[in-house]
Amino acid sequence: MDTTLNNFTIQVATVNGSGSQSANLVLLRSIFNMGIPCNGKNLFPSNIAGLPTWFTIRVDERGYACRRKDVDICVAMNENTIDADVNELAPGSVLIYNEALSYRPRREDLVVYPCPFTALAGKVTTEPKLKKLLTNMVYVGLLQELLGLDPVAVEQAVQKQFARKAKAVSLNLGALKEGVAFAREKLTKRDAFKVERRDLTAGKILIEGNAASALGALFGGCTVCAWYPITPSSSLPEAFIDLAGKHRHDKDGKATYAVIQAEDEIASLGMVLGAGWAGARAMTSTSGPGISLMTEFAGLAYFTETPGVVFDVQRAGPSTGLPTRTAQGDILKVACLSHGDTQHIVLMPASVEECFTFGMEAFDLADRFQTPVFVLTDLDLGMNVWMSDPFRYPEKPFDRGKVLSASDLERIGKFERYRDVDGDGIPYRTLPGNPHPLASWFARGSGHNEAAQYTEKPAEYKRKLERLARKFETAKSRVPAPIVKNGGDGEVGLLAYGTSHWAVLESCDQLAALGVKADYARLRALPLPDAVEQFLASHRRVYVVEQNQSGQMMALLRMHFPAHAGKLRSILHYDGMPLDAATVTEQIAACEKESAN
Amino acid sequence: MTTTPVAEATKANLNRAGLDKAAYKGSKSTLCAGCGHDAITNHIITAFYELGVEPQSVAKFSGIGCSSKTPAYFLSRSCGFNSVHGRMPAVATGALTANRQLIGVGVSGDGDSASIGLNHMCQIFRRNVRMLYIVENNGVYGLTKGQFSATADVGSRQKGGALNDYEPIDTCALAIELGCGYVARSFSGDGKQLVPLLKGALSHNGLAFIDVISPCVTFNNHDGSTKSYDFVKEHDIRLHELGFVPHYEEVSVEYDEGTTTRVDLPDGSYLTLKKLERTYDPFDKRSALSTLAASRASNELLTGLLFLDENRPTLDQRMKLTERPLIELTEADLRPGRAVLEEIMETYR
Ligand SMILES: Cc1ncc(C[n+]2csc(CCOP(=O)(O)OP(=O)(O)O)c2C)c(N)n1
Ligand code: SF4
Ligand SMILES: [Mg+2]
Repeated sequence: MDTTLNNFTIQVATVNGSGSQSANLVLLRSIFNMGIPCNGKNLFPSNIAGLPTWFTIRVDERGYACRRKDVDICVAMNENTIDADVNELAPGSVLIYNEALSYRPRREDLVVYPCPFTALAGKVTTEPKLKKLLTNMVYVGLLQELLGLDPVAVEQAVQKQFARKAKAVSLNLGALKEGVAFAREKLTKRDAFKVERRDLTAGKILIEGNAASALGALFGGCTVCAWYPITPSSSLPEAFIDLAGKHRHDKDGKATYAVIQAEDEIASLGMVLGAGWAGARAMTSTSGPGISLMTEFAGLAYFTETPGVVFDVQRAGPSTGLPTRTAQGDILKVACLSHGDTQHIVLMPASVEECFTFGMEAFDLADRFQTPVFVLTDLDLGMNVWMSDPFRYPEKPFDRGKVLSASDLERIGKFERYRDVDGDGIPYRTLPGNPHPLASWFARGSGHNEAAQYTEKPAEYKRKLERLARKFETAKSRVPAPIVKNGGDGEVGLLAYGTSHWAVLESCDQLAALGVKADYARLRALPLPDAVEQFLASHRRVYVVEQNQSGQMMALLRMHFPAHAGKLRSILHYDGMPLDAATVTEQIAACEKESAN
Repeated sequence: MTTTPVAEATKANLNRAGLDKAAYKGSKSTLCAGCGHDAITNHIITAFYELGVEPQSVAKFSGIGCSSKTPAYFLSRSCGFNSVHGRMPAVATGALTANRQLIGVGVSGDGDSASIGLNHMCQIFRRNVRMLYIVENNGVYGLTKGQFSATADVGSRQKGGALNDYEPIDTCALAIELGCGYVARSFSGDGKQLVPLLKGALSHNGLAFIDVISPCVTFNNHDGSTKSYDFVKEHDIRLHELGFVPHYEEVSVEYDEGTTTRVDLPDGSYLTLKKLERTYDPFDKRSALSTLAASRASNELLTGLLFLDENRPTLDQRMKLTERPLIELTEADLRPGRAVLEEIMETYR
């Protein structure tokens, strides 16, 4: 029998609320502890308990990190989904199932390992609730034996998961042992999947994007966080609360940050803008429905030139949509959120590391450009566990932008809030409370002139709009530039952003194997930098890969670069599941075949 | 050194901040002549001038409406934020949290606060943000030409004759119910009452809410309106005669202890409440609420200090916020060191 080493997927099918998450994380971390690159995705329902949930682990020593649709090893623990779970398996896959379920195997083409998980957990405890939880650790033990996981790596993972709480650790190790013993005594390995120690994860971390974004906010100097709970965003402000609670105190132990759970997302952004206007670094975090509510305030922020940071952890819409599933469906709305001629700076991290760096950068950009900055992540990035290099300590000091103090005003002798003194479209501002007699100004959403006075005069209003446009022109060279990976010959280009990156990376290799050589540019921010136009100009066909139905980024590209509109093609994925490489490769290969004909 | 009589006369008009009253004015009002809102603006100017507040330490906030335009018409030396319709409380909460040294003044309308922004108003009562919150209440949406607002009384008629038969929202009752510690109602035409209430509000530690009946001369000042000048004059029942003695006043003020209650405020200032016809206890939440309910039923407009409680923690206090304004914290205060990041990274290994 051939061995498939360090390259397979595991899917655990359980019931939401059954406590399988800990076991799944132990499994993931055990593989990570053995030096093998891996990541974990939780495909969960919009439900607190009772509905089916799947946890998938991709182990891949080449480092590919996107989802793989095919399941190599299925651990079936859910009575209600087992038939469908089994039906989806390709011949030769492994099925491990709980014998306590009524399911009886019907497929001959699988490697099937039945296991009395519940009974084995019963050997460790008789307490029903605990037994249910420990059942999950038994399959980890079983997999330890079958895959050849290093017992030391697994034990370390258990220690870490249960934070060295002695009782929980010993119970879980007990359940684990039952799984190992059962596999050893009762099963004969008949499948190909194996792990072998590597040295590819040394120093690396496993982290969720929302925690990384919260770290960005912490190190970016955020002092005011106003938020309203919504999946998949909540764990971001919650992580910030946790971090700030530990690391943000003055010498008397008082908080050097404020967190307000607002009454809704409208108030959340209102509070952020009030704080930003007053001179604080403020943020909120939400998902699609909250973005919709923030619409009016987003325009006020743009027009009054008030800084603030909004994290949008996207989920599948419209409306409530699939609240626990991922998408990139907000980009078009966020790009110009509000009415009138509004545009925004939007950062689009693809990795947990960028959640951290862009999380910090967003505050600098908001202060520099005196405007709201949106950080667009998604459920896949925000709530799933990704392997990453450790985050580097920021070397760049805060950029607080053009703020005039009382002594600045004394020196300059005049102040007009909205005058473009430097010709870069960015005016100077003062903060309320500045004691200088010249400092005061009145922020208003209605028409205003350079001196911040009310105006309805056509020329003054137009001048304001045009200066704002100039400001965004300046922003183009300040936001993160696209990252280009060359591999083509000027014929085919790929464009993607956010989490689509991981599928596109792998797809580039798959396409090359099929003879399609492509360059790939990853967009990282709006406004679209000039380099994007150069990329479009230097390719004959450009595929825009994104996770929405209508090709939203492509629409933006067409709007901004009409001369290149004809060469753009959409590669779309919009079923709520994280994007996989095969989906991208198949679509592009088909299009390329057509182009060749 | 000799001083000329002219200089002396000017000096006599300077307050303790060294400013004359003109320093507290704003740009010229664009509201209709006779609008109640303009009278309130003048009372605000008087209160701040007489108290000698440094205008630069004040931050003004408003939503949208004729009333919400008025922060442009007073304290032009203060920064202000005219935000969006109904959301003034959110913006003020953010700004005053970011800089706890600012003196916050919010001006809103009955449409702004009791209709579109009702949630935000209720929430700011609960949070007890330290600021003065004024609703200029005319029972209609002035700026959109006279539609009923949620404070219009049952039986009140629009200019065109349409009848309101929806129950009104009593913003003061809500404020008392939801934990606001300084609740008052007044009338734009009664500076003698409103000015001391405004001054008292600025000495309060927490949210001070004042609902000021402010007739809209253009859309709601006719017979059949319950927010007209005539109606208010006929139905206004002042609960007490108000006086305010600031903490910096050296001479003590004489008052009759038999008829007057002294209400001490946290900064050492105090209000004097001289009894008029009725006995009213502004410290008793339940009786305040039942008196308000009874007054609504009998078509009376009770004005004065409705409720006071100086013992409620403010939002800043609840959050155990550092004394220094958050906006003054620097990178050294805010960005944890390298070791902290390394320690955090270790937890993810
Ligand atoms: C979101 C939104 N909806 C509607 C309006 C239109 N609008 C402007 S002012 C106003 C009502 C203002 O009423 P009120 O707060 O009582 O102020 P007043 O003019 O009576 O002083 C309305 C509905 C708006 N500006 N914004
Ligand atoms: S419409 Fe009414 S509320 Fe508005 S300015 Fe005129 S009188 Fe005042
Ligand atoms: Mg009104």
